[in-house]
Amino acid sequence: MNALEILNACKTFGGLAVLQDVSLSVEVGERRAIIGPNGAGKTTLFNIISGTLPLNSGTISLFGKRSEHLSPYRRARAGLARTFQQNNLFFNLTLLENIHLAILPHHTQSSPQEFLETWGWWEKRDMPVKELSYGDQRQVELLLALAQSPRLLLLDEPTAGMSSVETQKITSMIRNLSREITVLIIEHDMEVVFDLADRITVLNYGRVLFEGSQEEVRSDQRVKEVYLGTTD
Amino acid sequence: MKLNWRSFPFIGSIITLMALVILPSLLSAYGLSLLTQVLIYGLFAMSLDLLVGYTGLVSFNHASFFGVGAYTAAILVTRGVENFWLTLLAGIFTSLLLALLLGSLVLRSSGPYFLMITLAFGQMIFALAWRWRSLTGGDDGLSGVPRPNLGLPFSMWDSQNFYYLVLVFFVLCSVVLWKIVRSKLGRSIIGVRESESRMQALGYNTWLIKYLSYAIAGGFAGLAGVLFVYFNGFISPQQLDWSMSGLVILMVIVGGAGTLIGPVIGAGSIFILQNLISAQTERWPMSMGIIFILCVMYLRDGVAGQTIKLSKKGLKNYERIRNTKRL
Repeated sequence: MNALEILNACKTFGGLAVLQDVSLSVEVGERRAIIGPNGAGKTTLFNIISGTLPLNSGTISLFGKRSEHLSPYRRARAGLARTFQQNNLFFNLTLLENIHLAILPHHTQSSPQEFLETWGWWEKRDMPVKELSYGDQRQVELLLALAQSPRLLLLDEPTAGMSSVETQKITSMIRNLSREITVLIIEHDMEVVFDLADRITVLNYGRVLFEGSQEEVRSDQRVKEVYLGTTD
Repeated sequence: MKLNWRSFPFIGSIITLMALVILPSLLSAYGLSLLTQVLIYGLFAMSLDLLVGYTGLVSFNHASFFGVGAYTAAILVTRGVENFWLTLLAGIFTSLLLALLLGSLVLRSSGPYFLMITLAFGQMIFALAWRWRSLTGGDDGLSGVPRPNLGLPFSMWDSQNFYYLVLVFFVLCSVVLWKIVRSKLGRSIIGVRESESRMQALGYNTWLIKYLSYAIAGGFAGLAGVLFVYFNGFISPQQLDWSMSGLVILMVIVGGAGTLIGPVIGAGSIFILQNLISAQTERWPMSMGIIFILCVMYLRDGVAGQTIKLSKKGLKNYERIRNTKRL
């Protein structure tokens, strides 16, 4: 069974086809990176997987269950969690209250306190999230998704705007996640991609241009042209 | 007890409650009538605050629920129903039903569109009350609603007794509303205000949360409406009008949205200012406009919000100084 199976997904905004005939299957436990130039449709792909945007045609299955008609919150309850490209937190609430809200709808064993202690954030529990640094907020973005104890995790540029030290921190957080969690990650930092991903899907103009292992992606001429840049 | 900002609301409410119990014996008949109105409108404004301050929905037809509750009670009473509890329940029930019906329509939109569509529905209900003369008395309204007979040894025609009846309802409703905002539902309501898309991503049915909040707010407004009609003895379409919805929004904003106590302070300030200013000049609405502008410019969190902010800051400084002294 695949964690995620997308078949012939199409999404248009007015006359603009943002996703055309996209098919994608991701195995349980896999780390899959989605790369591609700006405007390739990566975030739209995440939005249709999480249900924020409806599909024009095609199907989406989560863990073998057809899900394209489910509302976002039902998909979340089926084990899907996501982070946002731009920090989307409960800024006026404290870190503890944020985690509390994330844990509440899910049947998890751990309390917000245990969760924050495990990840080493208990000290900052009473800080309003808006008072945390941008780098910290970016990590809270990931923490909120993890607090849902997801089976499938969608990460939309988790290291965007972070320093190299912070990037390393967040990369190791993701690398050390249990293999029970399937991870899809949109990322522009190729070091992070090559560090984390088992397989890589390249999107270009709303189509899947290429899919393969790291070596295959590195050596593919088309990928080089649209994304990695030519060496000569 | 350790000095803690969390214990302030508790101590504050005890002091306020004691003051509210003692005040009637100190006030003139006019002052008492004013205070009774402040409590009724305070409750009305608190119910709106659940939407504006906690859910983040600026609803512009909250007077509909207040008015419909009041009209329901008035219609029943003027047609011979004498039981207070029956009219009270009927008033709450009708407002709740209206909120459930309207909520299913207006919650499809958000932001300014939500504000406009609630305004439109509010005016439709106003027009209904205006034109349905056989039921509502049209622009003459319904008069002759007597003070309720509760079967108690003391009469509600006595202003003090009626005040205490209102106070009992006010306290009970405040406690219930306080419990609601502290409950799991209350936390999710605040979550929706902070970020609806994140709440959906976390697995919350945000539409249902907003719907429940809208219905609860409508029900409490209906209750306030019933109390109002028993106090006033008279109800007219004016109580359903958009200007009434606007006034109660003003109370919430001036007092401090998202604090529960704020709207009551707002109701108090506006009533007292209205009385002080309209004794001097006829230009009360203009003065209200100026007050509102000043609030938006200098008191963004309202009276209560600003006070809470400052006292939290003060306590933080106090603790810091104490800690440095210890070192």
